[in-house]
Amino acid sequence: MATVEDYVSRIEGACGAEKDVIVVFKYEKKDEAIANIFKRAQLTKSLAGIIFELTFKNYTFRVYSSGKAIFRSIKNKEELNGLLAEILL
Amino acid sequence: MEHHSNIVPWEIISKITGSTIKYAKVNSDGTLNYDDFESKFSDKTKIASLSHVSNVSAVINDVKRIAKVAHEHGALMLVDGAQSVPHMPVDVRDLDADFLAFSGHKMLGPTGIGVLYAKKTLLEKMDPFQGGGEMIKEVSFSGAREQCDISLNDPPWKFEAGTPNICGAVALAEAVKYLEKIGMDLVQGHECYLTNYAIKRMQECSKVTLHGSTDTALKCGIIPFSVQGLSSHDTALFCDNYGIMIRSGYHCAQPLHQVFKLQSSARASFYIYNTREEIDRFVEVLKEIDQL
Repeated sequence: MATVEDYVSRIEGACGAEKDVIVVFKYEKKDEAIANIFKRAQLTKSLAGIIFELTFKNYTFRVYSSGKAIFRSIKNKEELNGLLAEILL
Repeated sequence: MEHHSNIVPWEIISKITGSTIKYAKVNSDGTLNYDDFESKFSDKTKIASLSHVSNVSAVINDVKRIAKVAHEHGALMLVDGAQSVPHMPVDVRDLDADFLAFSGHKMLGPTGIGVLYAKKTLLEKMDPFQGGGEMIKEVSFSGAREQCDISLNDPPWKFEAGTPNICGAVALAEAVKYLEKIGMDLVQGHECYLTNYAIKRMQECSKVTLHGSTDTALKCGIIPFSVQGLSSHDTALFCDNYGIMIRSGYHCAQPLHQVFKLQSSARASFYIYNTREEIDRFVEVLKEIDQL
């Protein structure tokens, strides 16, 4: 059974007042990860086919075709892991 | 305008010693407010600390001027040269710096190693901050008194306890030789040319705002900027998609972002390996954002 760790290479807390969290997907799994996210989340905006803004439940986040995603307003690691499990698995 | 590395250690020392830290103001364009800095000195001042070049705005500070005022008040002058030594000729004697620190990783060297220059007379007076092998001349045990007598080595060995980071030191020395072979005047000239060119080209992009002074007589090598409608991290990841690496966030200088009233910023920086063609490519990508 797949886990979040199968898709995620690392998670970085970006500095800045925005308190963004950047999720980097494993290179070999990034296309599958993005495809899974697109199946579950609603695409609200696409910028040049590079940045995709999506919504899922009350969350808005951005996915990049390079295999990264930025999440905002995430309170803690547990909340992020729960969200990732819902949109990836 | 300081990097956190020139704020946090002083705050820690202040808590240990009870000493007072006074912070000088920065003008809205990111330049140092010299009058305010000089007004902070008193006969109680022990040390002044200032970055030679800001790692966010690339503003070059007149540390020689501040060193003179510090010495007139009997204070020492420490210069953070992490952003200047890799990018321009720096003469510690001309600056009259008592201490000057810089890092290996910003000048083609490895991470985890840097240099702290200090005047020899000061080093001779200073106590070591750590103990171990190599930093002593002799350790002799007196059976009668049941204790060891130690005599310290001469500087700089007095401050280098234990087995040092030999690989790092050898690699950093090679980086220094490499840069010296090129010539630091040429390094600075190349970066100033690129900075000047990039500022002009970036100003063609309607959604791009440049922060701080754009006067290349006052700065070199770094351009902090924002893109309307995108966070700095969005901007960095957009550029990343085209193989262009820029930095985003606070750049370890949160207080300066408070001065600029920014949540974070994107930062384009240049070094000896960058070219005019790469800047053209970078601006093409920014112009793509313009069209979104």
